[in-house]
Amino acid sequence: MASAVPARNGGRAMRGGPFSGRAVLTGAGKSQVGRRLGRTGLELTVEACLRAIADAGLSPDDVDGVASYPGPGVPDRGFSGATVHELRNALGLRSRWFISSMETAGQIGPAIEACMAVSLGLADHVLVFRSVWESSAQTAGGRASVLFGDGRVPAHLEYTGPFGAPSAINWLSMPAQRYMYEHGLTREQLGWIAVNARRNAGLNPDAIYRDPMTLQDYLEARMISEPFCLYDCDVPCDGATAVIVSRRGAAAGLPRHPLTVESVGTGMFERATWDQRADLTTMAAHDAAATLWERTLLRPSDVDIAQLYDGFSFLTVMWLEAMGFCDHGKVGEFIEGGERIALDGSLPLNSSGGQLSGGRLHGMGFLHEACVQLWGEAGERQVAGRPEIAAVGVGGGPVAGAMLLSTR
Amino acid sequence: MYTRPERRLLPDPTAESSAFWTGGRDGQLLIHRCRACGRWFHPPAPVCFRCRSLDVGPEPASGRGRVAAFTINRQPWIPGFPPPYAVAMIELADEPDVRLVSNVVDVPVQEMHIGMAVEVFFEQWEDVWLPLFRPATGDAR
Repeated sequence: MASAVPARNGGRAMRGGPFSGRAVLTGAGKSQVGRRLGRTGLELTVEACLRAIADAGLSPDDVDGVASYPGPGVPDRGFSGATVHELRNALGLRSRWFISSMETAGQIGPAIEACMAVSLGLADHVLVFRSVWESSAQTAGGRASVLFGDGRVPAHLEYTGPFGAPSAINWLSMPAQRYMYEHGLTREQLGWIAVNARRNAGLNPDAIYRDPMTLQDYLEARMISEPFCLYDCDVPCDGATAVIVSRRGAAAGLPRHPLTVESVGTGMFERATWDQRADLTTMAAHDAAATLWERTLLRPSDVDIAQLYDGFSFLTVMWLEAMGFCDHGKVGEFIEGGERIALDGSLPLNSSGGQLSGGRLHGMGFLHEACVQLWGEAGERQVAGRPEIAAVGVGGGPVAGAMLLSTR
Repeated sequence: MYTRPERRLLPDPTAESSAFWTGGRDGQLLIHRCRACGRWFHPPAPVCFRCRSLDVGPEPASGRGRVAAFTINRQPWIPGFPPPYAVAMIELADEPDVRLVSNVVDVPVQEMHIGMAVEVFFEQWEDVWLPLFRPATGDAR
């Protein structure tokens, strides 16, 4: 793999990464995932968290830290299945450190904060979770139409809602069109992100959409906001994911081989907008990835598997070039035909089916899948040859965070 | 060709954005500009994000620009505002890296293209004047 590697920032590259190897992942868990499950967000959250704790060989009393995205105060029903305190209260957790955050490095920002906490000795085992029940919430409240009664639009829609563009698909479809115009990406190429996701979802018993889908199916799908069609959008679901971030010293004797957090990408160099970035064909992902690579001696060519956010297919395009897996503007050629990104390709991508076909677990599903693959427990969709290094990039538009994990 | 939709979602102007939303009353596209460095910026804020001067405020921009990016929205999000319609990021002639999200109207959607020269007009809804764009007549630079 080549090469748009951001210049490493001199002395900031660290052999052991920013945490000197002290932050490790020791367990991962996922709740039931599906459409309209009729279970509460807290119930799903508890299920995922207890599974992650057991997976790490711990008991709830061993967990002394909790972290989650986004926390309280989120107006959209279904976007937050449980807050940190709701989960702490439900499980009776005694916490030495906890946090929820939304203005952070994407939906995995709290996992990065957990790495900081264990590295500093503030906690031994941090439970990190993300929980959604958007499928049930949107069924109850309706999604296809957006209305705010007789009131005015909320602040985040001030400059888009009045023009009939209340959805992120509108905000993203414009830069995507620009990228196609400048760099020649075609829908026939972009479609391979969705086809690849569906192909992998067929091997994942927990995925929502598992029926085979061809590139022709993609090209014939209903347009939502050009150039995006229905299959460029992820599928809302009910479900929760959790991982355990541990202090390496506290992980001795646990059943799983600890996964080292080699680096994290937390940068954001421009204003947090969808439309004012100097180069419309890049996103916050590029800044997050630049900081990920400046903090490690590992290179994009060292990466065995990639789990890159696909809330919309084009976001995976952004992450592929942001992470340096191909040059700026060249993603179309990289994904065309779908061979390089297949499970047996040079860069297996979104092996669980991503959010496009697996379900919109909102970011943390990618971190969960990276762990499962590195532990060699992904069943039928397991990447052969025992992958050792996984890249995770999460978020879209002005939201981005990245992690690099290894088995060493 | 363009007919006003039955309904639009309306902004709730803030102290900083009210000039932007009401300049159309006088036919003016009011965009924030820094009086120290002379550069325009959007969305409005109490400080210039480039030079950090506090000497900023709304000034009339030319109202001309080009389509930097666009989408044809085909999803019915808002009852009374039926698709298809063009949503675009308009880069202002005054400051090309200032972009406004708006609608481009009076153009068949299949003829929308990046680089199209456009000019502003305003559509009043209650106490706000929405800046919309249509193909430029005359010299659009």
